[in-house]
Amino acid sequence: MGNKVLMKGNEAVAEAAIRSGCRLYFAYPITPQSELIEYMAKMMPKVNGTFLQAESEVAAINMVYGAAGMGKRVMTSSSSPGISLKAEGLSYLAGARLPAVIVNVQRGGPGLGDIQPAQGDYFQATKGGGHGDYRLIVLAPSSVQEFADMASDAFDLTDKYRVPVMILSDGLLGQMMEPVEFKEYKTDAEIEELGKQHFDWCMHPNVDGPGRHHHEINSLEIDPVMLEKHVLNLEKIYKEIEAKEVKLEEYNINPDNEYVCVAFGTAARIVKSAIDDLNAEGHNIGLIRPITVWPYPYKEIERAIHDKINRVFVFELNLGQMLEDVKLAVNGKVPVEFMGKVGGIVFTPEEVKEKIKAYL
Amino acid sequence: MAIIAERPKSLRDISFTYCPGCTHGIAHRLIAEAVDELGLRNSMAGVAPVGCSVFAYKFFDFDMAEAAHGRAPAVATGMKRARPDMNIFTYQGDGDLAAIGTAEIVHAANRGEHISVFFVNNAIYGMTGGQMAPTTLPGMKTTTSPYGRDADDIGYPIRVSELLNTLEAPYYIERVTLLSVPEIIKAKKAVLKALTYNKEGKGFTFIEFVSTCPTNWGVDPVDALKWAKDNMVPYFKPGLFRDKGEQK
Repeated sequence: MGNKVLMKGNEAVAEAAIRSGCRLYFAYPITPQSELIEYMAKMMPKVNGTFLQAESEVAAINMVYGAAGMGKRVMTSSSSPGISLKAEGLSYLAGARLPAVIVNVQRGGPGLGDIQPAQGDYFQATKGGGHGDYRLIVLAPSSVQEFADMASDAFDLTDKYRVPVMILSDGLLGQMMEPVEFKEYKTDAEIEELGKQHFDWCMHPNVDGPGRHHHEINSLEIDPVMLEKHVLNLEKIYKEIEAKEVKLEEYNINPDNEYVCVAFGTAARIVKSAIDDLNAEGHNIGLIRPITVWPYPYKEIERAIHDKINRVFVFELNLGQMLEDVKLAVNGKVPVEFMGKVGGIVFTPEEVKEKIKAYL
Repeated sequence: MAIIAERPKSLRDISFTYCPGCTHGIAHRLIAEAVDELGLRNSMAGVAPVGCSVFAYKFFDFDMAEAAHGRAPAVATGMKRARPDMNIFTYQGDGDLAAIGTAEIVHAANRGEHISVFFVNNAIYGMTGGQMAPTTLPGMKTTTSPYGRDADDIGYPIRVSELLNTLEAPYYIERVTLLSVPEIIKAKKAVLKALTYNKEGKGFTFIEFVSTCPTNWGVDPVDALKWAKDNMVPYFKPGLFRDKGEQK
């Protein structure tokens, strides 16, 4: 632990990734994540790491696939349109069970959209995006500090489960400067050791005779019986992750809450300010902020909807994507109200207060 | 009794999935022999493509990665950058390398990635059942060019070796054929050279094999060899395009 430094989210997550032992980074420039790729370009050579600006998003994610197949900590980053291009690679990473970290600094969509903050990629991140039955572990930061901390969490999770992890950030968190405190750098010896945990499946130098290995990094199972077995095994891993890795922040959640809000990432910051004001006026409103948006905190939301709760509010920078998960959790017990902003426009605490007040 | 012919150590004891008379088996064997002869078996890893050789990851007796269609050079780039102490090759067909993977091969070559690429050109998509490839000859009938490839409509076949030879970085580029025993012996020398440069860390090496596809061309294997010699070889002329090791 050291001093706090003032940094942009894009740079902080890059610095934290390097400190977590990431020595391979492949990416393609896109706004509003450019500071991330530029930081990596500057810093990777200083730690004898690999920075490579790929010819495309598609190539970048496939370079990640190759490096992950060698059992090394590897990362790529992009923003919404670029993540769509990476969708093919995400499906292959998941199918081949490769550990990798992907950062999405979301911007407004669809199509080219704009370059302002948005949360319109929630469905893509949490429900698929690429083809086939697969999941990504998806972490949604809400401050620069959390964005940075998630880099090391993401590498630990992806190493543990061999499921790719996406950090679902947005243009606001990427561009905003906040004080951030970093963990110590992992040493070269520690990084070497991290790689060895994958030696039972990853590609690495071989030996003659007993102990010789033939490892295949592969998502192809042409025999339907074998593919079924493979996908059911993935399901088992996903169920374990759902049981063990749900993370959320409960903000002013108590037995006397009258209303509960649900919001993630940047939207949650704004909702916090709004309910602080309303609670100061004598209301009792809580906020649930999912930190993992997959696995999703369905049970925790369900538990927060006790008899005194009149209504649930969902706030997102999209047309209502996480809203569907909240409705699954609430399961019709109380009405669920929604307010969204699109186009890269962020709602103000006043707008959030107005929405809630209409029902108080 | 002396053994006069045996399976290279770098090939596993399992059956190929290729059609009778297909030249993929020869290309596999040449690569495996060269890996054995250069003592690279313990540091080697390869990338298999999508296409008939999609199962190549099963056949070689070292670690292998299966790439998405066309992405093998990007996957190999990630592998080599992650483990510079290992020797990496890709094995790709013409649909994989010269159509859907055009960007990946051009840029891997342009960066001078320290990998070897083995490119099997048989002028057709084999695995999916004989569709037109970027290397399909003008007038050649395939299931998606049933009236013959019309170059005015869909363009001319791409000569990949010549295309890559316009770049500065590649270290070695050669086109060989697998159409006769003397040609195969020549091809073996080219594979050995590519993997020698790979072992020495010289840079990007590229071998194009002019090959056949008797099944999808609808001819028997012997006629396929003759057809390729008469039709493919005049368009895809064998030869050495680049050898930076010989320049000094």
